[in-house]
Amino acid sequence: MIISVASGKGGTGKTTVATNMALAVEHDLTLLDCDVEEPNAHLFLQPAMTEKIQVETPVPHIDMEKCSLCRNCAAICRFSAITVVGKNVLVFPELCHSCGGCTLVCPEDAITEVGRVLGEIESGRRDHIFFSHGRMRIGEAMAPPLIKKVRSMAVSDAPVIIDAPPGTSCPVIAATYGVDFVLLVTEPTPFGLHDLQLAVEAVKLLGIPSGLVINRSDLGTDDVKEYARSEGIPVLMEIPFDRKIAEAYSHGKTMVEELPEWAGKFQNLYTQIERLVQAGGGMQ
Amino acid sequence: MINELVIVSGKGGTGKTSLTAAFSALAKGTVLCDADVDAADMHLLMQPKICQTTDFMGGGQACVDPQVCTQCGTCRDVCRFGAIDETFTVQPILCEGCGVCVDMCPEKAIGFEPQKCGEWYLSDCKYGPMVHARLGIAEENSGKLVSLVRKEARNLAEQKGYGLILTDGPPGIGCPVIASLSGATALLIVVEPTVSGIHDMLRVAELASHFKLPGMLCINKFDLNPEMSDKIADIGQKHNMPVVGRIPFDSSFVQAMVAGQNIFEYQPESQLSKTIQKIWTQIIGSPAMNSMGVLDLQSTIR
Repeated sequence: MIISVASGKGGTGKTTVATNMALAVEHDLTLLDCDVEEPNAHLFLQPAMTEKIQVETPVPHIDMEKCSLCRNCAAICRFSAITVVGKNVLVFPELCHSCGGCTLVCPEDAITEVGRVLGEIESGRRDHIFFSHGRMRIGEAMAPPLIKKVRSMAVSDAPVIIDAPPGTSCPVIAATYGVDFVLLVTEPTPFGLHDLQLAVEAVKLLGIPSGLVINRSDLGTDDVKEYARSEGIPVLMEIPFDRKIAEAYSHGKTMVEELPEWAGKFQNLYTQIERLVQAGGGMQ
Repeated sequence: MINELVIVSGKGGTGKTSLTAAFSALAKGTVLCDADVDAADMHLLMQPKICQTTDFMGGGQACVDPQVCTQCGTCRDVCRFGAIDETFTVQPILCEGCGVCVDMCPEKAIGFEPQKCGEWYLSDCKYGPMVHARLGIAEENSGKLVSLVRKEARNLAEQKGYGLILTDGPPGIGCPVIASLSGATALLIVVEPTVSGIHDMLRVAELASHFKLPGMLCINKFDLNPEMSDKIADIGQKHNMPVVGRIPFDSSFVQAMVAGQNIFEYQPESQLSKTIQKIWTQIIGSPAMNSMGVLDLQSTIR
């Protein structure tokens, strides 16, 4: 079972929910932080990292000895990552999507692929949790290939919890495509509702069942709950605003550790998701 | 000269949009630009009257014509994104738009029509013109749309003779963020005094120095962890990023948002409003926003 914890709006509590749920569940599981632009889960989970790998994406390298300046590579590239200027072929690696089209159409076999560093992946353990996260290189624009690589780090049969990036565009899709359940985290404010609606549209497009956690549930209105009801999305947990939770969070402490009454609630959240997945989902 | 202040945070939900909306109430002769095209929220506080809607066209998307397709399998072999399934149907969500299958298909059975991936808007709101957009769900090309709305905001400022663009940026440090800060005058990084807030602020600060942009820090909810707030100020000093303001935790921001207002409409006389007014004075008077050393407070503060 793979659960992706997502939200349209940032800062609603995805990482809080993902880390606390992972800690509260007492059997083996994998936690993947797929917010490669701003990974935060490790700050709360404090896993002992044991492995670090560099992640690269293939980009073309032109052998000018072989190149006949036919321009086939420039013609197939939809991302303007290769152009031919005079007797030179210019490659713009940061624009390349690694589709490999240029290598296929080069009649002279003059193009080989070399690695361009996207970032790194660190892995380790904390108790029953195998943890992995990606850190995108500063100045790098392309998150999806790194996110896909982080997802490939889940090797055991244990359940997987994914901490997804905010938004509804390609990085979120990379972190939620093909999962069994999307746990949406929102706050009951106009911004929270608006961005939740976008996230629900994305989840519908992917055809994945979902459920909702409402964070800081007493700071706002009932509009989110009404919307969830109208969409048939079950509200699985509400976390009221509590200065103690906010202060513990600010120090990097989890709710499960600081406020033990929450351990049972997060276990219950996980059990509810398990049941929904087994029953074929909350909302389809 | 047109200045552009981009408000970013790295971490989402630190208060970028609420602050940008509040600043727009103070800034005269300003174009407002919502560059968070993926989850745009500014319009909820601004109630803009949309004057012009334009489709945003992205790249092409592969589409197999089953009448022509001989199921030879070439497209599935060359696609590195696994976007063509066993029935030779393209999964739009997985299609990267590289068009390699289109060119390699021996039967020329694959079309490649440009897709509409969103819309952008020129609007009038209570404080002046606003440029905003909506990227389609699950779409790519957010960076291109961000660059587009920023370019339109600049055109508008030039036409109207305005001196300032206020841009509400997206969270993160990737494609849309890079697109939202290249060529800006300065960045305001809104940060929370939490371990994750600091972590994410540092990554944005590094990105800012990568693009050689001056930055300023504004600490939101500073009283949730005063020691951490001091630590942020220390880090800021090391990165040559002054703290221009500290805002206490205040649920009035949420209440103002529920009312569809900025803080100056909701509680004009409150301490919170006075604090934000002071922060704005600091920003406008900062060396980062006045590279020529010319300071004309009267023209920028209502």
